[in-house]
Amino acid sequence: MKLGVLFSGGKDSTYALFKAMEKDKVVCLISIVSKNKESYMFHTPNINLAEMQAKAIGLPLIQKTTKGEKEKELKELKKAIKEAKVKFDIEGVVAGAVESVYQATRIQIICDDLGLWCFNPLWKKNQEELLRELLAKKFDIIISGIFAYPLVESWLGKKINKNVVNELIKLKEKYKISPTGEGGEIETTVLNGPIFKKKIEIIDSEIEAEKHSGVFVIKKTKLIKK
Amino acid sequence: MILIIDMNERKLGFDEFVLPIVSIIKKNYFVKHYKKVKKGDLEKCSKVIISGTPLKDLDYVNHLDYFEWIKDFDKPILGICAGMQAIGLVYGCSLVKCKEIGMQEIKTLKENKLFSSKFQAYTLHSNAIKPTKEFEILAKSKKCVEAIKHKQKETYGVLFHPEVRNKEIITKFI
Repeated sequence: MKLGVLFSGGKDSTYALFKAMEKDKVVCLISIVSKNKESYMFHTPNINLAEMQAKAIGLPLIQKTTKGEKEKELKELKKAIKEAKVKFDIEGVVAGAVESVYQATRIQIICDDLGLWCFNPLWKKNQEELLRELLAKKFDIIISGIFAYPLVESWLGKKINKNVVNELIKLKEKYKISPTGEGGEIETTVLNGPIFKKKIEIIDSEIEAEKHSGVFVIKKTKLIKK
Repeated sequence: MILIIDMNERKLGFDEFVLPIVSIIKKNYFVKHYKKVKKGDLEKCSKVIISGTPLKDLDYVNHLDYFEWIKDFDKPILGICAGMQAIGLVYGCSLVKCKEIGMQEIKTLKENKLFSSKFQAYTLHSNAIKPTKEFEILAKSKKCVEAIKHKQKETYGVLFHPEVRNKEIITKFI
């Protein structure tokens, strides 16, 4: 089945893409750039990097920009999925929803309206297990956004490794924040992994942070042969 | 030992509709695709849970002969969404159009050991079952029959997805 994957460049959508490539045929990526930093639907830091990530993975990308108003951004998503259906003849959509019933429901409704299959291969996945699987599969992931207490600036740009996963699990136990960032506490950016034909190197970046909120802005990158 | 029956036509559906059930049960289970369930599997298990499928996956409706064992099976069964529909169909219930996507209020109509009163549940289905007299209706939403039980057996069907919200329904069943 030809599939389009909703792709933000963060760990969840990248891992959903990995699973979809493993089990079926992915023909394009679909990405929404939300100008609203607090978007209900879309991962926001470094979404502009999606184009580079798509190149590194070797898949075409359909990208749309939205102001990020709650229901209007869904219209943009529907337009993008419709375009994927016309251009790439997709029969189904894959999303990286893990816990969010809001997100999953909206995507299911759009797919149903467009007569497409909808898959959420990470649905309800245990958060610790998800992080450990990503590491075992050798994905290079950095923390590109923090949005909750007690996270601070020093977390930004950190590569996720076993120690970072352990620290996140401890924070979950102590502060009830989601270690996978499903509640928007952290956002991530994937730079390399088993589905990447080339890896992404960060040439220039900047940290914009205030107390327990901040982003690691990737300003310049290049693709490197693996 | 719980037998979890995978109802999915596509491999990607397994991750979404079977693995969440596995993560609740955790141990003492085995998984079989509905087309591969053997007599020995039904003998060695103590209970059966039949999974759901993606909204567009109705393939099982064309293969109901694989579910004939349900009528002769006396151990407890819990059919979830597609699983409920397969149970109903082998007993001669009809399938009616009834689409729900997302959270719905479910109203319990008959006291039972899995749930009670009003509660919110996650739904994802295009059809529902119109039960025959062999079944009692345990719960309804505004639009659809949401839960049934065979009058003589511990055979349950829920149209909503307890593996997403209301996980305790699965733990009570097992």
